[in-house]
Amino acid sequence: MGERLKVAIVGSGPAGLSAAAHAAQLGMSHALLERADHASDTIYKYQKGKFVMATPDILPLRSDLSFMAGRREEVLDAWNQGLDSCRANVHYNSDVTKIDRTSEGFQLHTAGGEAFEAENVILSIGLQGNINKMRCEGGDLPLVQYQLDDPEEYENETIVVIGAGDAAIENAVALSAQNTVFIINRRAEFARAKQGNLSLILGAIDKGAVQCYYESNPLKVEPDGIVLDTPDGEVTVKCNRIIARMGASPPRRFVEACGVEFPSEDPKVLPEVSPTYESNVPGLYIVGALAGYPLIKQAMNQGYEVVAYLNGDDIPPADEPLLIEKFQAIGDVAVSDVLASIRETIPVFSELNTLLLREVMLESEVHAVRQGEDIFQRNDYSSTFYTIFAGHVGIQINEDDPSQVVELKEGAFFGEMGLISGRRRTATVVALTDCVVFETPRRTMLKLIQSVESVKRILDKTSILRQIQTHLTPGVPAEDLEDLVDSAEIQNFKAGDAIFSQGDTGNHMHLIRSGSCTVSTRVGGREVVLSYVPAGNYIGEMALLSNMPRSATVKAANNTETICLSGEDFSAVMAKNNILRNSIEAKFRARLRQNEQMAARPEAGNIIQFLVEQGVGEATDVLLIDETLCVHCDNCEKACAETHGGLSRLNREAGPSFASIHVPTSCRHCQHPHCMADCPPDAIHRAPDGEVFIDDSCIGCGNCENNCPYGVIQLASPPKEKSSLLSWLLFGKGSAPGEEASYEAGLLAERTKNGEKQEKDLSSKKAVKCDMCKDVEGGASCVNACPTGAAARVSPEKFMDIAMLSQ
Amino acid sequence: MHESLLIYRNMRYLKISLVLVLVTGLLYVFHSPVGSPNGGTWLGYTLGTLAAGIMVWLSWFGIRKRSFGGPAMRMEDWASAHIYLGLALVVVSTFHSGFQFGINIHTLLYFLMMFVVLSGVVGLYFYIRFPKMLAENRAGLTTDIMLTQISELDRELSDFSLTVDDETAKAVYEAVHNTKIGGNLINQLTLYVADCPTMAARIFVEQSDGVCDESTRRKLLTRLTKKEGLLSRIRKDVKLRCLLQLWLYIHVPFTFATLAALVAHIVVVFYYW
Ligand SMILES: Cc1cc2nc3c(=O)[nH]c(=O)nc-3n(C[C@H](O)[C@H](O)[C@H](O)COP(=O)(O)OP(=O)(O)OC[C@H]3O[C@@H](n4cnc5c(N)ncnc54)[C@H](O)[C@@H]3O)c2cc1C
Ligand code: HEM
Ligand code: HEM
Ligand code: SF4
Ligand code: SF4
Ligand code: SF4
Repeated sequence: MGERLKVAIVGSGPAGLSAAAHAAQLGMSHALLERADHASDTIYKYQKGKFVMATPDILPLRSDLSFMAGRREEVLDAWNQGLDSCRANVHYNSDVTKIDRTSEGFQLHTAGGEAFEAENVILSIGLQGNINKMRCEGGDLPLVQYQLDDPEEYENETIVVIGAGDAAIENAVALSAQNTVFIINRRAEFARAKQGNLSLILGAIDKGAVQCYYESNPLKVEPDGIVLDTPDGEVTVKCNRIIARMGASPPRRFVEACGVEFPSEDPKVLPEVSPTYESNVPGLYIVGALAGYPLIKQAMNQGYEVVAYLNGDDIPPADEPLLIEKFQAIGDVAVSDVLASIRETIPVFSELNTLLLREVMLESEVHAVRQGEDIFQRNDYSSTFYTIFAGHVGIQINEDDPSQVVELKEGAFFGEMGLISGRRRTATVVALTDCVVFETPRRTMLKLIQSVESVKRILDKTSILRQIQTHLTPGVPAEDLEDLVDSAEIQNFKAGDAIFSQGDTGNHMHLIRSGSCTVSTRVGGREVVLSYVPAGNYIGEMALLSNMPRSATVKAANNTETICLSGEDFSAVMAKNNILRNSIEAKFRARLRQNEQMAARPEAGNIIQFLVEQGVGEATDVLLIDETLCVHCDNCEKACAETHGGLSRLNREAGPSFASIHVPTSCRHCQHPHCMADCPPDAIHRAPDGEVFIDDSCIGCGNCENNCPYGVIQLASPPKEKSSLLSWLLFGKGSAPGEEASYEAGLLAERTKNGEKQEKDLSSKKAVKCDMCKDVEGGASCVNACPTGAAARVSPEKFMDIAMLSQ
Repeated sequence: MHESLLIYRNMRYLKISLVLVLVTGLLYVFHSPVGSPNGGTWLGYTLGTLAAGIMVWLSWFGIRKRSFGGPAMRMEDWASAHIYLGLALVVVSTFHSGFQFGINIHTLLYFLMMFVVLSGVVGLYFYIRFPKMLAENRAGLTTDIMLTQISELDRELSDFSLTVDDETAKAVYEAVHNTKIGGNLINQLTLYVADCPTMAARIFVEQSDGVCDESTRRKLLTRLTKKEGLLSRIRKDVKLRCLLQLWLYIHVPFTFATLAALVAHIVVVFYYW
């Protein structure tokens, strides 16, 4: 064991590198410990030639290393050179497995048996985690590998793939083209895989292209094969190669073992850090992706800053100029003062630490709104969250009478329903006086709700009251609702869960906050779907009004959140309110009538069931094709290609059909788009009219492609200019309308001419998907171009109509 | 949810066309020109110009269909209007001609136009009938799925045929390797399959009782029958889809011919004025 270091830096990603470089620059004693035999393993593993982006552009870089947008190789070279020239003390092949606290600081242990003493530790290990290794005997033999770069590299081998996730499936199927492939699944089915991969692997197994051992585990690896524990006893499979794709375990357990606390059990949540990036363990700092900053530039800045703080330098954070500019709208006030007064005035934000609050404000927009101006309008499709910093705003609760407003003062928030339901705004909000409001993106707020208890608490209580008022009891004063709100409870249901079942006793009502439900009943031993109920509606009033057991089963069609209300409390509210009682009873009678009609027409119910099974319940706008009208002219695809750089974002023929309704492969603009969940530069947005689209800041990482369960996102090279229709008609120049534009052909030509060009073209791929033609005059081109009226884009609210009309 | 072309927008374009036809008819009836009605009177010129206008507009549809993302008139509007105005054109141009037919360029134009209209009516019939038939025929499958199922059956057939006598094996080999789906246009349209090797193999295996062992024979027979079923589905699919496009290869070239004749008609008329 050597001298005691001032700081040990674990992980040489952009954050760790930058920290080490600054420590070297300052002459601070340090060591940078990296698990791999090269720096920055996450970026090292990007696709060869990938174009690395330097987003956000406005954020200045603060590091002793350079970083500019460029190819992966250039970025890595620059860092390696930088590390050399500043003489950073880097230890490769040093996988830190344990960090103990000692009286003087920390002791770090590596897998290789080395130990380091340090006063401080900077954890910059990113989020990629540890690849799960084979732990059985022989797991370290050379025939075992954990990655597959190019499946075409192998031919005529026998290969055993271990694992049942997407990576294992994709590898096994790709390898099966040229090899004999076995796949080893610990369970009896492939439950973890995406829908597309599931059918891929089941098809391959069915055809015999891949042979599968279910409920089997590796017992022992031999130099020329593997011994498996299968339900039929031990089996030995001779093979040339074993590819283990058993996933990665997230770094959380390791981090917790270091003493760091996580705010909740939620697997997405990250540890909290102080304004100087210190965790709850004094002397242990966390920066980079693990601290919740998922981009390279942010990570590098933090690496620099954390070392500067350790050195006692009091530097303002790199984002200071950005915040100064942002707060310009408020007046000439120092950033720290504004932050302090935000904490004071706005209760939702009052318990945020400075770092979090800065982050929230950076991502938020500050609007100075003049008296009388609209902040947003009813039916807008935005999902941002607003807080009032100064002034009063009014919420127009009655569509027909704009003078009916509920007034909100500074400190209050609005627009919170956008966080929950992902549907249109339910009311217009206007400024009653000049005011300053903050508009915070949904993603930022969700992160806050997960990590800060007080935010969730404050939001829930208020939003329950407002949702009840909006959707259930319009016009009933808040005082009358107090008991009802106090006993209300938020409940979550997964797709397919029953909210209640036919014959149950109980008189709770549920107001659907997000998601949607199907109502069904048993007729002659068969389940008949009676109705589809989207968010913003209530269910369960029948039992309450009729004092009978539940007359139908209600199931969540997709992930659904409801407010569960006590029947007694609601009856009490109704007793005081005749208008409310009448409207609930009218709805009750209308539903009874509809149920009768639907019970007589089980086909209609089957259509709803089909649509729900296709996941259409979580859509806001889905393309449906009526097969009795479609003449297969593919004009829809041509129109899409023609208006989107030659690449159609819809595949008409693919996708399931039922009762002459066909659901082609095309974006459904989900209520809570899965694709948005994990986009490093936050390039996927929802436009005011609901379109989910990807902007130019896409870095081509492919996360969205993997996350979309409906397979509608593709990675494609940027489009080439297309020649005009006239020049095609007259001179045959360029590509025909709807043809995969000439860039495909251009690319081929380039390939043969110049190998390098091709690489660049491939590596600058970006994600593309249907954007609902938001930039095309006249809207959805596919629908407009359909000459027969077969193609229509519909929202879930219309499903009932479709089902009733279709034969 | 979806409206067919014919009832689109409450048959707005049918109504417009009916009004057009009615007005034309009334004018024609109450118009008493010197001599017999013909294209040379003021009404003749008016109706001729109207007919030519409609003609050009109908042809413009071909261009419009290929320019996407323009101003917001849906293709369904165009198509629906195209059909009803196309039919109205029959009446307008007939009244224009004043029933003066002979052996000349004018009458050629008239019949060319009528032929385009006729082909349009046939096409419309296809558009209305076939989609449903296609959907029923496919029964929820896609062409791709059907083709994969066939190649799956082919693989099994090849496997089973390893153990049978040479002649059966040969028939099965033929069925696996030489079965055609499309063929030439005539084959596609007539569904002519008399020499389909799959059918031949099925018949052969059916009749060769006792040549190979019973369980293999049964396996071969079920696969061959299944494949035959799929084949007939796919062939019907191909036929219908082919017809859905084929009529346009008559409709459109004759449109061009009609336009040329129209120009000739106008030139001739003015030349001999
Ligand atoms: C495919 C893809 C494309 C992306 N493209 C871009 C882009 O174009 N632009 C952009 O700004 N961002 C991009 N990102 C995000 C960016 O890669 C991350 O935000 C960034 O790498 C995070 O840096 P970090 O230093 O926090 O962690 P990482 O870069 O993940 O580095 C962690 C390092 O720690 C090491 N390590 C882990 N555990 C241990 C241990 N126990 N002991 C020792 N060492 C350990 C790892 O080997 C690794 O080298 C992309 C991400 C992906 C997945
Ligand atoms: C689709 C469009 C048209 C059709 C199908 C059509 C058809 C006919 C026919 C069948 C006749 C009778 C020929 C005859 O009398 O022997 C005729 C006559 C005539 N048409 Fe047209 N016509 C069309 C457009 C026009 C136009 C645009 C003009 C003028 C600008 C025009 C001017 C005339 C004249 C002047 C005659 C009378 C010629 C004569 O009597 O000799 N027609 N047309
Ligand atoms: C003289 C009269 C007509 C002319 C000049 C004409 C011309 C055309 C043209 C140019 C097209 C475009 C084809 C393509 O490019 O794909 C077309 C399509 C079509 N026409 Fe006509 N047409 C006429 C009358 C009719 C009539 C009377 C009918 C029906 C009753 C009809 C039915 C159709 C249909 C169904 C299409 C296909 C629409 C589509 O698939 O987009 N046409 N016609
Ligand atoms: S891309 Fe996929 S996940 Fe994203 S909105 Fe569209 S359908 Fe939903
Ligand atoms: S709405 Fe536009 S982008 Fe989306 S599939 Fe249709 S044509 Fe393509
Ligand atoms: S444009 Fe309409 S009719 Fe043509 S293939 Fe598409 S959905 Fe079918």
